[in-house]
Amino acid sequence: MAAHLSYGRVNLNILREAARKELREFLDKCAGTKAIVWDEYLTGPFGLIAQYSLLKEHEVDKMFTLKAGRVPPADVKNIIFFVRPRLELMDIIAENVLSEDKQQLREFHILFVPRRSLLCEQRLKEQGVLGCFTNIDEYILDLIPYDGDLLSMESETAFRECYLENDQTSLFHTAKGLMTLQALYGTIPQIFGKGECARHVANMMLRMKREFGGSQSQILPVFDTLLLLDRNVDLLTPLATQLTYEGLIDEIYGITNASDVFFDNLTVEQEFMTGVDTDKVNTYIEDCIAQKDPLIKILRLVCMQSVCNNGLKQKVLDHYKREILQTYGYEHILTLTNLEKAGLLKPQTTTRNNYPTIRKTLKLWMEDANEQNPNDISYVYSGYAPLSVRLAQVLARPGWRSIEEVLKMLPGPHFEERQQLPTGLHKKRQQGENRTTLVFFLGGVTYAEIAALRFLSQMEDSGTEYIIATTKLLNGTSWIRSLMDRPDNQS
Amino acid sequence: MAFVTANWNPLGEAFYRKTELYEMGWNLKDGLRDCLFAAAPYGGPIALLKEPLRRSPSARPLMEIYSSSGVSMASFLWKSGVVKQLGWTVSDDLLCIQEDGTVLVYDMFGNFKKHFSMGSEVVQNQVLEAKVFHSPYGTGIAIVTGTFRFTLATNIDDLKLRRLPEVPGLQGLPSCWAVLTQDRQSKVLLASGADLFILDNTVCTAVAPPGLSPQATSIVHMAVSFSYKYLALFTDSGHVWMGTSNLRDKLSEVETKIRAPPKQMAWCRRPKSQQPSVVIMWDQQLLVAGQCKESIQYPLDDDSVLVPELDGVRIISGTHHEMLQEVPGACEEIFKIASMEPGALLLEAHKEYEKESQKADEYLREIKEQSLLGKAVRQCIEAAGHEYDPDTQKTLLRAASFGKCFLSNFPPDQFVSMCRDLRVLNAVRDYTVGIPLTHTQFKQMTVQVLIDRLVYRKLYPLAIEICRYLKTPEYQGVSRVLKHWACCKVQQKEEADDVIARAICVKLGETAGISYSEIATKAYECGRTELAIKLLEFEPRSGEQVPLLLKMKRSQLALSKAIESGDTDLVYTVVSYLKNEMNRGDFFMTLRNQPVALSLYRQFCKHQEQDTLKDLFNQDDDHQELGNFYVRASYKERRLEARIGLLQSAVDEYYKAKNEFSAKVTEEEMRLLRVQRKLEEEKGEHLVGFSLHDTLSSLLAVGLHKQAEQLYKDFRVPDKRYWWLKLTALAEKEDWEELEKFGKSKKSPIGYLPFVEVCVKHHNKYEARKYVSKVTPEQKVKAHLAVGDLEGAADAAIERRSEAEISTVLSRCSPTTDRALVERLNRARATAAKK
Repeated sequence: MAAHLSYGRVNLNILREAARKELREFLDKCAGTKAIVWDEYLTGPFGLIAQYSLLKEHEVDKMFTLKAGRVPPADVKNIIFFVRPRLELMDIIAENVLSEDKQQLREFHILFVPRRSLLCEQRLKEQGVLGCFTNIDEYILDLIPYDGDLLSMESETAFRECYLENDQTSLFHTAKGLMTLQALYGTIPQIFGKGECARHVANMMLRMKREFGGSQSQILPVFDTLLLLDRNVDLLTPLATQLTYEGLIDEIYGITNASDVFFDNLTVEQEFMTGVDTDKVNTYIEDCIAQKDPLIKILRLVCMQSVCNNGLKQKVLDHYKREILQTYGYEHILTLTNLEKAGLLKPQTTTRNNYPTIRKTLKLWMEDANEQNPNDISYVYSGYAPLSVRLAQVLARPGWRSIEEVLKMLPGPHFEERQQLPTGLHKKRQQGENRTTLVFFLGGVTYAEIAALRFLSQMEDSGTEYIIATTKLLNGTSWIRSLMDRPDNQS
Repeated sequence: MAFVTANWNPLGEAFYRKTELYEMGWNLKDGLRDCLFAAAPYGGPIALLKEPLRRSPSARPLMEIYSSSGVSMASFLWKSGVVKQLGWTVSDDLLCIQEDGTVLVYDMFGNFKKHFSMGSEVVQNQVLEAKVFHSPYGTGIAIVTGTFRFTLATNIDDLKLRRLPEVPGLQGLPSCWAVLTQDRQSKVLLASGADLFILDNTVCTAVAPPGLSPQATSIVHMAVSFSYKYLALFTDSGHVWMGTSNLRDKLSEVETKIRAPPKQMAWCRRPKSQQPSVVIMWDQQLLVAGQCKESIQYPLDDDSVLVPELDGVRIISGTHHEMLQEVPGACEEIFKIASMEPGALLLEAHKEYEKESQKADEYLREIKEQSLLGKAVRQCIEAAGHEYDPDTQKTLLRAASFGKCFLSNFPPDQFVSMCRDLRVLNAVRDYTVGIPLTHTQFKQMTVQVLIDRLVYRKLYPLAIEICRYLKTPEYQGVSRVLKHWACCKVQQKEEADDVIARAICVKLGETAGISYSEIATKAYECGRTELAIKLLEFEPRSGEQVPLLLKMKRSQLALSKAIESGDTDLVYTVVSYLKNEMNRGDFFMTLRNQPVALSLYRQFCKHQEQDTLKDLFNQDDDHQELGNFYVRASYKERRLEARIGLLQSAVDEYYKAKNEFSAKVTEEEMRLLRVQRKLEEEKGEHLVGFSLHDTLSSLLAVGLHKQAEQLYKDFRVPDKRYWWLKLTALAEKEDWEELEKFGKSKKSPIGYLPFVEVCVKHHNKYEARKYVSKVTPEQKVKAHLAVGDLEGAADAAIERRSEAEISTVLSRCSPTTDRALVERLNRARATAAKK
């Protein structure tokens, strides 16, 4: 079972097994037959941990979706709510519990994922139902093994929360998740990071380590390095259309556009990435707006132009904005504000555009990308090498010191921290043995970036193997959608 | 050494030995006569209550607590009710069960901790007998009341009283009874005459021990083994029946020839022993019965008490403390007279070696020839563990060490850990500590528990020494001990806050895993708030400080600590607490100084309290956000006037925020809404809420061209976009005539390729062709191809001599295409390529 998780250099199955064990223990705490009432959002993540058969073995007979009203009838002894700690969900649970038929004598339990919340318990208390629960527990599911080299927190809203709402809950969970990971795979001796969120996570990790000083992991470290990257260090990559197999499926699944349109779109993207006419209003974008193409496509392109030009001239920006508002509706002013807040769309404040310098220094554009026999990560975007992955690549060799200037141009601080290992756990590296680096994308990662890192792992002389962790797997469309206000109105 | 076997007595196949543990340090005037007595297992403390049955109500009996070596730990006058039974909990607390069913709990220093009741029913009927028992679920109590009913509590820390069912026909106290733990349930086994019953939660079942001697007419005493696996019954005929406690198997039956009911009986079987055995005590005599007819008998000259242990029985009298147990296998193998076991030979060899005699070599050879040296070493190590006398231990370990020298691959762990264990055991067996643990018991109870026991006794330095010596991980060992020490320290009322705080800080420092908040909580519970705050400052885990700070009403500090922890839930918790505590102004002010808390609270308000959100923005003069707030609100508003009103508020705010663009477009939006309403009223078309684009499309779709034109001008829609829009709308409607008119109205700002493509899209190639000629030369090929005119495309491409375009046309050719055309294209491409 879950063989795909155990073939890699780092056996992520350990993590999955630990998660399964904890789930079984909780289920056994509620003796007798049970029904699970799901917070819909959690069914996906749980599917990666346990199949229905596991639940069934532990006497789970029925599953329902959490809804207002009453829990459907089921001849079971226990009703267990699997929920995220959200106030609105507490209100629904309270309603469920209060409308329960008093004859039924079913026992109620709550399993909070990924963490218990005092605030939620307070809410249940206010609703007068806190006493109705036999067990209130937490299921610490931060990092979910997704593939042999991939961990995801499956937190759709992480980017929005961090960059728009200044809510760092997901970063706290990230830090906690990394502590769990270190408990299972050993202390990671080196931490590098770039970005405000990365700094915050590293700070929390270091503090948590101090707090649990005595219970230091006695495991030989599996990871040599942790690289924390803020998504906003590289806003460009997710905006571009991914051109790897998995990426393409992710991008165009369900889209039946003619290939002409697809190539026109790519041409514009490539022009932007190579810095062609990024300071002018783009006719292709204008035409697309005039034909009322899907809004998200437009936003992706406009944001991309803005990012590649280090902001748009006020006139150009206002023109685009007005075109969008007149075509798609004025309510999108809120979405545009969000994009500006997140830095995806911005007016030019200086005439200096850093992007060309960054592009050249990091070799983000490779003229001769070879897609059949790739020799560089730029194949994943047909010429464009993802900035985020370049940062990882340069870190491994020759080191960030060589790109100090560029790092300063990118948002947020860059830093290095070392974690003391208990004596006797220092790794003695064999000649030619690869290093293992965990790259954590705070705010999401694309399939193309994953492909690029996998490519680096496989390169014979790279010397580094990468494991990837993220708050969420995303593509430009899902990412932009997560930043929209009133997104339900959008196609 | 010759005397090792001096205290051995044979019984069947095995030997039993009685070893003196201590000469008791206490000075009891009347020995153990007339007192309630309880000794905790695993060498725990002893409690004595002298003359428990008061002769007059004013008489105050004396409660005394001692260590196992008889060193006094506490004594106090008993001022509560009549005590029926004493007992110890698994964590060395003293339980005093009173006649009225009240149970009082004391620590081993005689400090009162708490009390609870065994049920209201008991108050009237009184407790006649009670027993304290230990199980994996904790410490339990069973009582039998004046109505001869049993009540049971399996775990006094999670008190759930169970009243057991009635025993049919029981008219008086049972002749004897005991508590059993079987199948994860505690039950009572009781005898009434010759009848035996098991009482569980729901039923009373009569049972019969297999093969019980028929001469017996009454079971007068019973004993359950330490593990609850075995049961011994003593009958009025003087027989001891031994069997499994599930009453399926009989193991042995011995006739003692003593018919008097014993004072006490206890199992004396060590784990994995071959032979069942019990110790039976009468006034003047002690008897060990096993599997054989014979028994071992010891005279008793003093009142004594038996304390059953895992691997033997302790015998405590007014003056002495002894251990009676079956001689462990390894000891027997080595010390039995004339033993030829390898361990015995190794011991001999080592003795000769010390004497510098060559016989050492002979013995060694003998062992080595049989390849038994490894076994010999193991036997010596194991036997050392079971010996109480340090000299004997040393002799055996030296012999083992000597033997090890002649083995190349003998793993050292066993030897090393035995040396360590023995050093710890000897330290705690010391008279001043008084915990006479055997090695077997030590292994069963674990180091963790031993450390706990030392901590309960406030023997902090010894506990720390042991932790360090055994290299116990800090957070399980030293840290834990220090925490207990500190918790004890904060209760010392005579010392000043800062003295204590400093003392604690100096000693604990940055020791990993110390929970200062737990210590602070203790201080707070003792009413020392200031000390608690001082201590909290040392707590590295900010999150841990929060609950206590809130409890102590230091909410501002709690907020900053919560933020420091990064745990947003904790921040929310403090914020919601502050909200209820403070007036609104102060609350907002506090948040303003804590941006992290403020943004979290904003999120909270966004979902839960819209109005508060507005107040927050107002307070901060955040006009941009206020503008957004009104815009958001406008979309929830169904009534048009109100909606426009909200948008107007948004406009005002945007102007205040100097966000001209947002203000302008919002004004534009208001304008559009008004126009839409007007058009709706006049033309009956549903328009309100549409975007400008969709409004125009709708108007064009129903042929309201003039109105559309007006809007296009009023809202300054760029020409290009308007042309696209109109083109699409007309094609959608298939109004080809109007489209043609539109195409000719003036020069198209978007060119004519879109005209071709839109017509083709609506499957009208005929109309499409009309525009092909108007397309610019660069787009001609595309236009021809769109309408399916290969020849035209070929001509255009060849004319432009564009290799790429020629290739595009070629790629559209199929086998049915005219050969000549293909050749023409191929030739042209070749020429173009040459250039």
